[in-house]
Amino acid sequence: MKISVDYEKCTGLGICESLAPDVFEVDDSGALVLLKESLSDEEREAVEAAVAACPTEALRLHSVVTTPSVARP
Amino acid sequence: MESLVVVGASLAGLRAVETARKDGFTGRVTLIGAEKHLPYDRPPLSKAFLDRGEDELAPPRPFYRDERFFIEDLDVDLLLGSPATALDPAAKTVYIGNRGVAYDAVVLATGSGARRLPGTELLSGVHALRTLDDAEALRDALADGGPVVVVGGGFIGSEIASSARKRGFDVTIVEATPAPLARAIGADMGAAIASLHYRNGTTLLCGTGVEAIEGGGHVERVVLTDGRTLPAAIVVAGIGSVPAVEWLDGSGLTLDNGIVCDETLWTGVEGVYAAGDVARWPNPTFGSLQRMENWTAAAEQGARAVRNALDPARAQPYATVPYYWSDWYGDRIQFVGVPDADEVAWVEGAVDDDGRWVVLYRAGERLVGALTVRAPSEIMKYRGLIQRGASWVDALEFATSRHRARA
Ligand SMILES: Cc1cc2nc3c(=O)[nH]c(=O)nc-3n(C[C@H](O)[C@H](O)[C@H](O)COP(=O)(O)OP(=O)(O)OC[C@H]3O[C@@H](n4cnc5c(N)ncnc54)[C@H](O)[C@@H]3O)c2cc1C
Ligand code: SF4
Repeated sequence: MKISVDYEKCTGLGICESLAPDVFEVDDSGALVLLKESLSDEEREAVEAAVAACPTEALRLHSVVTTPSVARP
Repeated sequence: MESLVVVGASLAGLRAVETARKDGFTGRVTLIGAEKHLPYDRPPLSKAFLDRGEDELAPPRPFYRDERFFIEDLDVDLLLGSPATALDPAAKTVYIGNRGVAYDAVVLATGSGARRLPGTELLSGVHALRTLDDAEALRDALADGGPVVVVGGGFIGSEIASSARKRGFDVTIVEATPAPLARAIGADMGAAIASLHYRNGTTLLCGTGVEAIEGGGHVERVVLTDGRTLPAAIVVAGIGSVPAVEWLDGSGLTLDNGIVCDETLWTGVEGVYAAGDVARWPNPTFGSLQRMENWTAAAEQGARAVRNALDPARAQPYATVPYYWSDWYGDRIQFVGVPDADEVAWVEGAVDDDGRWVVLYRAGERLVGALTVRAPSEIMKYRGLIQRGASWVDALEFATSRHRARA
């Protein structure tokens, strides 16, 4: 799972931080900082709630698809 | 459960229909709205939406979703421009005039409407701000120039004043009470953040009411109860809002400053739940009946109410630490919790400095509220502490440690 933030949309209101304080933090300038990239199951639930609650719909959760590397001769 | 009806097509109503579908409800969903518009976001209406935009282009209308989304993705019957006129709980029917819409579960999310200045109906140039139509009318008026008189020094009135100052007009706020925002953040802090107006060139007159608003066709002046007269080309009322419940008279619901509900947002009448600005419920976090007028609670209650309505046997209470934000003159003001306090303590900043302000509210031995100005990194930490029932001593200790970490 990977979180992406659309910084064009985010207005730093911090609702995400209040739902998942271990993952999101608004900094002094009002910009959102991601504290971690990979999530435990418990955090994932909180992050899903944050994605749904963000007033500007700035957050997205992606499942990371790893493509197997192909050995070249 | 076959038919879900949601009355009020704004934030709480939107979240209700979205949540129903997300949770897999496959029955019929009807969304009834008084306004002709699709659901849109209100907070921008008193902020960026009133600006001219950099290239003189108006900012876009803040719709949440397009029509296709409601019809195709959510499979919702949209009845817009159709105010509900009655609720008949015995027949489980919502009426729009003569037309009845039957429900198994209904979420009432009719929000609130702006209080307007009485006796000004025939005068142009007198505005209130609640809807998109109101905001477009006000923005057009602002293009023609000031001076602007804002009646009411609350959050929305202050934001309008800030937008009007940004365009360079003379702006006066008339506030009837001795300090603005006393009910929202307490009288002391209301007086403290009033300093933002003085610094930014807005005149704030407190403790005086409006005697008359005069003009021939278009507004020309505002006469105050203390005898002063203010010239005005635009008058905006920011005098609060009233929950939209008139249509429920005679329905048997308990109406008292909103629709009175239990902890699960249930009205006590089978199948009928309420959410958003219109709902008044016992907030378990503070153990008192509260009616929120903020974005976060409307969104969360819309989702909670519909879940409880569709599965009453497993209904869960809705508890929250209220959160409100407001933007004045480019500064962000944030408040969490409740303002009824035995003590209000500054832990960072002071009235006469224009850096970060962090102010905490104590009731008994508990932290119950926090106000920040220009300190977006702090506010949610206090919301967490209030949520966890933190003691005053712990809150002050936390504040000291934050302070030390920054030093
Ligand atoms: C200008 C402005 C700025 C704001 N800024 C902020 C902010 O910065 N931060 C913040 O937290 N909150 C802010 N708010 C408050 C926030 O927007 C509201 O709390 C939120 O909109 C409430 O949502 P709601 O769905 O409960 O009600 P509403 O948004 O009031 O919507 C109710 C809807 O129901 C409709 N309706 C009414 N009666 C009927 C009927 N009989 N039948 C059908 N439909 C009906 C109404 O027309 C309306 O469309 C602001 C509000 C305004 C007006
Ligand atoms: S809730 Fe949304 S807008 Fe607010 S800080 Fe988080 S991502 Fe940004």
